[in-house]
Amino acid sequence: MRRPGTKVVAAVVLLAALVLAGVVSRFASGDPDGLTKVSEDQGFGGTGKTHDSVLGGYGSLTGALGVLVVLGLAGGVTYAVRRRDHDEDHDESRAE
Amino acid sequence: MHVPDGFLDAPTSIGTGVVAAAAVGVALRGARRELDDRTAPLAGLVAAFVFATQMLNFPVASGTSGHLLGGALAAILVGPYTGLLCMATVFLVQCLLFADGGITALGTNIDLMGLVTVVVGWTVFKAVQAVLPKRLSMVAPSAAIAALVSVPAAALGFVFLYAVGGTADLSLEHLATAMVGVHVLIGIGEAAITALAIGSIIAVRPDLVHGARPVLAKRELVVGTASEKAAA
Repeated sequence: MRRPGTKVVAAVVLLAALVLAGVVSRFASGDPDGLTKVSEDQGFGGTGKTHDSVLGGYGSLTGALGVLVVLGLAGGVTYAVRRRDHDEDHDESRAE
Repeated sequence: MHVPDGFLDAPTSIGTGVVAAAAVGVALRGARRELDDRTAPLAGLVAAFVFATQMLNFPVASGTSGHLLGGALAAILVGPYTGLLCMATVFLVQCLLFADGGITALGTNIDLMGLVTVVVGWTVFKAVQAVLPKRLSMVAPSAAIAALVSVPAAALGFVFLYAVGGTADLSLEHLATAMVGVHVLIGIGEAAITALAIGSIIAVRPDLVHGARPVLAKRELVVGTASEKAAA
């Protein structure tokens, strides 16, 4: 079986992330999450303070934008700290 | 499980911030060994995928939801050090752009939902992998067990921090029971999503899954490399 190239896998994962954040998120539960519910039940929910959201919360567009911001930041950091090919271990060919 | 500002007092929040900064520092050094030109571009995608999946709250009990934390998933896909960098990035963006998790609680959230889930997830994964047969088909089930354990572990981490510096006076026993109870349920969802994501990548490109490499190395010795070479 011929395996898909790394770029194909990367494109599919990115597409999946964008669809999950932009479309599937519309069907997410609006109920409080585990910690929020427990804090309400145990009577300390009121001690939590929220700050204003720069993007006005999660929506289809802002969610997809968030995916791209995270991709850029995390991708940039990990690309910067990566091991260069000539540093050590030349294993198999890198051709894609 | 995003902790807002105000749940923990200032000294505890400073303490968790110091721990988070140190952990990210260690991860920056450790990630270098995990990342090369081929795997580095995928790390950003893992962070993006975790961010997207954290938006998907699923119902777990009456009036309660939960979402993937993703530390076990990230650690198994790209390695624990890189995984922590991915998770820290997710919490930073959620906190600064979406007000999801408090600003003074950023360190707390990186520690609980990043550090604890990555370390516990990776440790459990390696332990289960050592016990189960060394087969590619065992990677996703091992990941599921790791993911399942990682969520209540993070919940217990919160209870520990609340014992140290919670701002309200309440029964820690009740808090622990409630937190672990609901987060075991969330852990089942975490296990399902983690196994699905890792199983999907294993099916097409097992060499891209960090946690599958020991199994792959062994398999290539046994099966021979002709088909591998044809595919490369």
